[in-house]
Amino acid sequence: AMEDVSAKFVSQKISRTRWRPLPAAALQPPDLFATGSWDNEDNRISIWSAGDLGNAGLNGEYHGEPHLLCDIQHNGDVMDMQFLDQERIVVASSTGAVTIFRHHQNNQTLSANHRWEKAHYHVDQDTSCGGAACTGVVCNNPEIVTVGEDGRINLFRADQKDAVRTIDNADSSTLHAVTFLRTTEILTVNSIGQLKIWDLRQQRNEPSQIFSLAGDRVPLHCVDRHPNQQHVVATGGQDGMLSIWDIRQGTMPVSLLNAHEAEMWEVHFHPSDPDHLFTCSEDGSLWHWDTSTNVSEKPSFLHQGGRSTAYLSHSTINQSVVSAWLSNDPTKDRMEITNLIPNQTLSVNSLDVLGPCLVYGTDAEAIYVNRQLFA
Amino acid sequence: MDTVPSQVVPGADPSARQLCFAWGPAEVLVCETLFGRTGGSRSRAGAAARALTGSVAGTGEGAPSSSRVFVVRRDQDIYIQTLRKLFNESHGIFMGLQRCEEELAGKSRKAQLVQVSKNYRSVIRACMEDMHQAAVSTRDPALQGQYSTQVSILSAMELIWNLCEILFVEAAAAGPLLLRLLDWVRLHVCDVDSMVREVLSSESPSKHKLFWNVVDVFVLQGRMDEARHLLSKEASANPTSMNMYKILDDLMKKMPVPSLGNTQTLTELELKWQHWHEECQRYLQDGTFASNPHMESICKILLGDEDAILEKKELMTTWYHFLVTRLLYSHPTVKPLELRFYAQSSMDLFLGGESGPEPLDMILMAAFEFEMHQVIKECSIVLSNWWFVAHLTDLLDHCKLLQSHNLYFGSNMREFLLLEYASGLFSHHSLWQLGVDYFDHCPEYGRVYLELHIERIPLTTEQKALKVLRICEQRQMHEQVRSICKIMAMKALRNNRLGSALSWSIRAKDAAFATLISDRFLKDYCERGCFSDLDLIDNLGPSMLLSDRLTFLGKYREFHRLYGEKRFPEAARLLLTLMTAHIAPCTFWMTLLTDALPLLEQKEVIFSAEQTYELMRCLEDLTAGNPDKQKFQDDDVETTKVEMLRLALARNLARVIVKEGTVEGS
Repeated sequence: AMEDVSAKFVSQKISRTRWRPLPAAALQPPDLFATGSWDNEDNRISIWSAGDLGNAGLNGEYHGEPHLLCDIQHNGDVMDMQFLDQERIVVASSTGAVTIFRHHQNNQTLSANHRWEKAHYHVDQDTSCGGAACTGVVCNNPEIVTVGEDGRINLFRADQKDAVRTIDNADSSTLHAVTFLRTTEILTVNSIGQLKIWDLRQQRNEPSQIFSLAGDRVPLHCVDRHPNQQHVVATGGQDGMLSIWDIRQGTMPVSLLNAHEAEMWEVHFHPSDPDHLFTCSEDGSLWHWDTSTNVSEKPSFLHQGGRSTAYLSHSTINQSVVSAWLSNDPTKDRMEITNLIPNQTLSVNSLDVLGPCLVYGTDAEAIYVNRQLFA
Repeated sequence: MDTVPSQVVPGADPSARQLCFAWGPAEVLVCETLFGRTGGSRSRAGAAARALTGSVAGTGEGAPSSSRVFVVRRDQDIYIQTLRKLFNESHGIFMGLQRCEEELAGKSRKAQLVQVSKNYRSVIRACMEDMHQAAVSTRDPALQGQYSTQVSILSAMELIWNLCEILFVEAAAAGPLLLRLLDWVRLHVCDVDSMVREVLSSESPSKHKLFWNVVDVFVLQGRMDEARHLLSKEASANPTSMNMYKILDDLMKKMPVPSLGNTQTLTELELKWQHWHEECQRYLQDGTFASNPHMESICKILLGDEDAILEKKELMTTWYHFLVTRLLYSHPTVKPLELRFYAQSSMDLFLGGESGPEPLDMILMAAFEFEMHQVIKECSIVLSNWWFVAHLTDLLDHCKLLQSHNLYFGSNMREFLLLEYASGLFSHHSLWQLGVDYFDHCPEYGRVYLELHIERIPLTTEQKALKVLRICEQRQMHEQVRSICKIMAMKALRNNRLGSALSWSIRAKDAAFATLISDRFLKDYCERGCFSDLDLIDNLGPSMLLSDRLTFLGKYREFHRLYGEKRFPEAARLLLTLMTAHIAPCTFWMTLLTDALPLLEQKEVIFSAEQTYELMRCLEDLTAGNPDKQKFQDDDVETTKVEMLRLALARNLARVIVKEGTVEGS
């Protein structure tokens, strides 16, 4: 319900919003999130409190709007952002730099912890500023993988000064996003509609597998992997199409689902309830894809904090989830989709889901928090 | 708007130096020239800056001899950080207004428009609140001054908007009109609020030295219940004059007021009011309140006595408060079109020749006179932003109030003001995205403006370029789509990112550029003997058909793949087709023929007799038809190559004749 959404105009265009991860045993919903801005003369990383719990009304709805805890200047547009742990955030910049910021919770300040200044750059030595935008970052503490407009893949460790591994010219087109498939394997998407798997243990500078869209090679902008079923991968494209891939078989997507009318900027499976998926787009919409309705006796996956589903037996998951996302005809009464923002006009650049909470940010310089996603 | 005064550019001295200027999309550059000032002026700098309400950013140093360049901005407020909330939030309201159906007729349509107007005002108020907070929390006095100025500007904007809402959008009729004006005064005359608070919170309000002032404030604003409540406290402290209080209390209680519903007609109200008025008159004349000057003056106010009301000037603070109080107690059923007479005389009486009217007074006066265009014009001159007039005018236009007014330059006033506002947004490094939607709703020139502005957006990252591109594609702005893709492709090419360059030219369907990039790939291949960016070339798909050269590149790479996979007959057939079907550019034939050499040398015969003849013809065409024959023959390496090919072809022909003869014979 839209009444549960609190909004705040923040006087900067928001490119990324991320919930701070919860400690393993946490029971309460997430309360802190980070945002990054773009296209400002002075871009910032900000930490927000999601809203005052003490302000909960009689019906349990939250009235407090998000309020700023601290912020810090960031050089260049924030292109991507990931929490490394409870305190550290890794930020990808349009200047090609990758920075780890630390959030000091005792005195509510942010500081730059470490920076790889030219993580991404163009080879042409003539140009004065050789930096190439770093378009994507993904963390698996202490490992950090970044990709960029230069087609380069970097593997960093939070505690090491130099890159552990760099694949120059890994891709001849722009790499738009990256995510972990397994601890040593990553997935990338690029501007000619390809999904690639890279095995970072191998010394070869070639992907271990290439998947691609048929027909027009529509650029892919985002990628996420099913939290429990590693072979199920979702990507979003320039035409707004959601593609679901089964990376065990074939080289083409299993299904193509159409909802957005322009670039899909982010796609996220719900981390603890992966029957739900969320996407946002340049067209100003945010879709909630729900496949939970078609399974009659479905175990509840909604656990706070995320990882508890891993303990469920594999067969239970297989039956309920795989059939949902990999079915051949997902449009027929198998999936319920809802646009969570009916009248928005400007782009929704980023979203993040954790527990019952959703946060998203727009080019209309506003951030929105929905704390009762499944109400 | 021919009477807009010229603007002085601070720091520029037209008396010392001749100035020149150049129009930009949203700014004007004013430069000092080398020429000194001579006699009669031909170009006035004032003309450059006229119609601008902007600020000036002098970029030169103070040295008098150095030439300076001034940037004159049209819309100064666009750059105020705290106002970004106003711009963004009102953008949403504006879009909602453009979307909302005009099907709704009569009352519900009006209710809808009034709601939109209220939404705009609540955004202004929210912004004012933020600005006020900022002013309170900052320690920098200069900044504090700036914020306070902004608060008063926003407050004036809301005051004007609210009055326009009552008079134009809602168009309140006689009766309710007065109630609305009373609300308006109560909402905006806040100077006395602190005094009221102080008295009400004191231990014994009736003993407070400002007690009677507060009672007067309530009476002047028509807040009868509150006034009576206060008076009752005083009454209980003075049992001797109890009777007097009771009478005044009764008069105040009985005062007839217009109702919002249809419960009474105006005539009924006027009749009741007449009776009540006469009753007040009687009590005043028989000296009921003579012993208490405070109460006597209140009674006079109830009777609408102008002198008595004017005596309380300090408590009203503004002439428009005086106007509304005067209407309340002497003309409660005032009709909209009568307002102008009372407004003018109220202002004259209130200011009393002591001070001339301020711009704000002139704007409000114009509103009371129902001179909408005058309101908008004065606001355009006085306010340092286009936001206010653009949005107000758009709303009034949706109320169908401005249709007759066309400007001499073609578009109507609504469009003119929206264009100005949106141009201001486009001059901002970050707010430009909002401007797009405003241009979309300017039917006459919006498109042209958008085309001109969008090309000036710096494309710092591919992501930003994609956003700009999407805007252009959605509006079928083919020219701009091509130019953005070309810029991005050129950038990628400069950075040696051939793959990216190619995907940009594929997006723009730019065949010429795709050919250029394909040639770069082929050149790289010839130099290095291997292909770069195989991931791209192997996956061209249907985009291969964009340009002939791209097709050739894709096919040629396919030949190499087939050869690598040792599928020789297929490779041979493809190679030959590339030449005979003229897919390969002539300059590349020699390379192709050289590629045929290893196939000719294979143990097994691969080219058929017919294919061999065709290869021979290709070779002869190439050597014979070459315009640089002289040069060609001078080149020893090339000559050797040709000789080797001829030999290989001849040997292959011999082998194939034997083989085909044997096969046919058996």
